[in-house]
Amino acid sequence: MQEITLTLPMLPDMELTASKTACAMGEHIRMSPDKIDEMRMAVVEACINAFEHSKARDQKVKVIFTILGQHDDPQGIEITVRDEGIGFEPDSVAVPEIEEKLRAPRKRGWGLKIIHGLVDDVQIRSDPKGTTVVMRKMR
Amino acid sequence: MTESLKLTVDTHDDGLAIIYTEGYINNQGGEEIARVAYELIGQGRTKLLLNLAGTKIVNSIGISILIEIIEKMLEIDGKMAFCRLTPTIEKTFHIMGLAQYAGIYNDEETAIKELNG
Repeated sequence: MQEITLTLPMLPDMELTASKTACAMGEHIRMSPDKIDEMRMAVVEACINAFEHSKARDQKVKVIFTILGQHDDPQGIEITVRDEGIGFEPDSVAVPEIEEKLRAPRKRGWGLKIIHGLVDDVQIRSDPKGTTVVMRKMR
Repeated sequence: MTESLKLTVDTHDDGLAIIYTEGYINNQGGEEIARVAYELIGQGRTKLLLNLAGTKIVNSIGISILIEIIEKMLEIDGKMAFCRLTPTIEKTFHIMGLAQYAGIYNDEETAIKELNG
């Protein structure tokens, strides 16, 4: 199993570091450029969600990239984005709709919808000790 | 480590303005686009085209600010469109439903034709 772990400080544009690592991992397993791009965008969204909402005391986000499958036959990449923040109730997050957002003063809240649309599988575990988002993008 | 967005504007006589972006559309980038867009709207421009050929990555905070511009264009009965998006940015715009309120075109020529149509 091949794995890379990043610990990102919650600073502006640090999500791009995770994005670049996703790109390198995707190229390593010869994922198509479009799929790499989708994975990059999903990891950016997961990171900025953690930066914006976790309220983690350590102000850090851990991102773990794991190649799925055998060394000589990689099947995809699993990306785990973990914070030690206050957590949230995933089922209570309203799914945003453009018609409502156009009328609403707050236009944000798209991160999870984008992630779900760009990767093959998403699992979210959250409790008052933190949140873990596990995304899988298959080759 | 902040990546600043560069913008170039091309204005036409028929009320159309094209904003060319280069770089990451995050919150600062989105705000910069909005600042320029509102300035153009204030000058009487009613057709706005964002050419994203120079942008390879965006985030949802930046796109949320683009939604504010779409809202403003709807208020003034104007038209807004995007062209030269990467496949992932286009897919993201479709996931969010932006394509219902702003045209998305492969090339600038088609976008201009549609905005002027």
